[in-house]
Amino acid sequence: MRRRLRAAVSALWWQALALLGLKRERWTALPKTARRGVKATIWMGIGLLLVAFLGVWQWSALVIAGVILVLVVPRYDRVTIAGRRVGRFFVPAGVLAIAITYPFYAYSSTGVNPGLPQLPVFGTFPLMSTMVNMGIFSMMALGLNFVVGYAGLLDLGYVAFFAIGSYMAGWLASSQFSQVNIRFGGIGVIQGLTGIHISVWLVLLAAGIVTALAGVIIGLPTLRLRGDYLAIVTLGFGEILPIVARNGDSLGGFNLTNGTGGITPIDPPGFGGWLHQHVGLPANYGALGTTFDRDYFWTILFFVLVTIFCSARLRESRLGRAWIAIREDEVAAAAMGIPLMRTKTWAYATGAFFGGVAGAYYASYNGSSNPDEFYFQISVFILVMVILGGMGNIWGVILGACFLTYLNSEGLNNIGAWLNGHFGPGGSDFQVWHKPLDVPLYNFGIYGVILVVVMLLRPEGLIPSRRRAAEFHEGVHDQPLYDAAA
Amino acid sequence: MATHAHTEVSLRRRRSYSSYVMPAVATLLVALLLAWLVVNFEKGPAYFVNIAFIGLTNGALYALVALGYTLVYGILELINFAHGDVFMLGGLFSATMLLSVFHLHAHASTLSLVAAIVGSLLVAMAACGILNAAIERVAYRPLRGAPRVAPLITAIGMSFILEDVAIGWRGPGYTAVPSLLPAGHVFSVAGITYTWEKLIVAAITAPVLLLLVWFVRQTRQGKAMRATAQDRDAAAMMGIDVNRTISFTFLIAGALAGTGGLVYALYYGQIRYDTGYQIGLIAFTAAVLGGIGNLPGAVLGALLIGFIQAFNEGLLWHAPGSDWTESIVFSILILILVFRPEGLLGERTPEGA
Repeated sequence: MRRRLRAAVSALWWQALALLGLKRERWTALPKTARRGVKATIWMGIGLLLVAFLGVWQWSALVIAGVILVLVVPRYDRVTIAGRRVGRFFVPAGVLAIAITYPFYAYSSTGVNPGLPQLPVFGTFPLMSTMVNMGIFSMMALGLNFVVGYAGLLDLGYVAFFAIGSYMAGWLASSQFSQVNIRFGGIGVIQGLTGIHISVWLVLLAAGIVTALAGVIIGLPTLRLRGDYLAIVTLGFGEILPIVARNGDSLGGFNLTNGTGGITPIDPPGFGGWLHQHVGLPANYGALGTTFDRDYFWTILFFVLVTIFCSARLRESRLGRAWIAIREDEVAAAAMGIPLMRTKTWAYATGAFFGGVAGAYYASYNGSSNPDEFYFQISVFILVMVILGGMGNIWGVILGACFLTYLNSEGLNNIGAWLNGHFGPGGSDFQVWHKPLDVPLYNFGIYGVILVVVMLLRPEGLIPSRRRAAEFHEGVHDQPLYDAAA
Repeated sequence: MATHAHTEVSLRRRRSYSSYVMPAVATLLVALLLAWLVVNFEKGPAYFVNIAFIGLTNGALYALVALGYTLVYGILELINFAHGDVFMLGGLFSATMLLSVFHLHAHASTLSLVAAIVGSLLVAMAACGILNAAIERVAYRPLRGAPRVAPLITAIGMSFILEDVAIGWRGPGYTAVPSLLPAGHVFSVAGITYTWEKLIVAAITAPVLLLLVWFVRQTRQGKAMRATAQDRDAAAMMGIDVNRTISFTFLIAGALAGTGGLVYALYYGQIRYDTGYQIGLIAFTAAVLGGIGNLPGAVLGALLIGFIQAFNEGLLWHAPGSDWTESIVFSILILILVFRPEGLLGERTPEGA
């Protein structure tokens, strides 16, 4: 159905162009790069016109359009230096350069306008706090991608790992356990404060390891189960852990999690005075005033890079190929001698590790770990990132994570404000509805629509991994008889 | 022959760990549970029985929802994640019908009450049945050939969409239904009381369940459903319209959810967009506990879960309390899925393990 629809649309399109005198043959005779260039320029022109007439124009929009054209149009993946395909790193490196320099021209929380244009509908470019969250959720989505994208196991309780990581930070870098007084490189801990205060960098590592162990413990009994049963069991774990966190303020009289209040404050990361003086690294992220989000952002960017590196290298490794084999056909993989349990458990543990580190970093960034942050919807939120971007594709997953985090933190607010401003009560255009529409209230319905539409129309996601797309379109099972007959 | 006997012996030896230790642990747990119940019974027999009546009523409600899960799973091997939300919408339909169409209030006459409840029941059943079948048509049927997790993912998406439909329709707060059912006692013997509202819940639930069992066991359409559940391809070759049978199963499951929604709205008196998620997971646990795909199993599991919930929340001696109900239910879900995926009444299938 989808293919027919597409053919119909493209036939219409060509008929319209033929009216303008452009024949399909002449267009296809052009070299491919030229065609890409023309197409991209047309889209950029449309985008610039929209920004100029519906948004708030700044001349920097031209610069942005130029950068996008340079990144998108030439086919860098063909560039080779001494026989090595270095060109394929060009686009990621360009995007990384933009990301690293983003704090210098972003809107800061103090309201400084650096001269970026305001987009129509979406409004301003993301704030720094949103950028930090994008990094954290990219890391988590990449972690989930090990489980869902590579090994093909549906995990509906990924938030459990996030929660464990977050509470590890709460236990090891705050004053929660005031009975003891342990210090090891904690930053910004005033004299006389009790509790465990370990350097956040070590806490991140510890959180990752503990979470990976938790992944193994959860995985060992459950990974025998088939796909949808596994999904439900993980969902069960994802539901139980937040309940334990919520009710864990008097477990036999012991205050483990401080109940619904959550653990706060949690120490910020930092490098301490010595490194600050000699190397110039920030001493204490929490004490940097209004620009402190920059350091959080660059740090999480570094973590995301490490995660990308691990993802890419693991995918090509023996273990990664075993994951993909299990995803495609478990029985065949077992027959080829792949140990199913061990391989799946590794996928679980790896995914859990990155989820735990991201959770601990999130707790340290927010200064608290709170049971209300770990509910089922967050698991699905992360799953939507992976599915929208493209299961199994690193760049797709990051795109999905950034886009959805942006939507969740700012985008839906901005879209809602735009919609209400134009069509709501007293709107500048014609009035469609009479009560202001609370768009962020419907965020999970919107994610639900994304899930359904993506699975029905483009199950391989926005940036598909070629292999996964083939699985979805050719199917991993034979076509059922009753559909073939119909 | 000799080698055959030999392999059998070695198989048995390999299975010895799981075949002795697990039943022993399970027996120990059940024994502890029974001891706990007996002590509680000793401390207040009448109170205990009253709590058990609450459990029975909860269980009857869960059975209605659990049957929907088990019907759909039996025929399509799909966990219909949106089922709980269809149930929730059924509750909202019923509440709207009762309050805005029939204009019921707390002191309505018996005749108008019965008429309104039956009318709302029919509307809720029809609406939820059609909704459920429409969901199947839109979100699950195009994915029949796709990997198995694909329809589960769209089911989760549909669940969120339905929740937001409920938010858009009735707002994020509770929709309250005033207590319409008579609150008096059917009987009250030696401190044991059985109220009319519990009886009415049973009086709505039991006929629906019996009708369903009769339908699946005795009618032609029920036979088609059982055949499709057993082997879709073979059923198609026997001339059964598989797609229509599946649609019909979703219709019935939706109608059951609509019934459950009405019962919930009447009995608990308030319903909200996320009620379906909680009740849905509990009912799914019940279906798994009884053996998913197995109709009597779903009812048994639902009753068990109802009792467990009531005892946990109501009993006074060493009960964990309502804070932990969900944890207990999900622990049961995990334990059953891990150690006995075929459930209490299910048969061990190659896929179930």
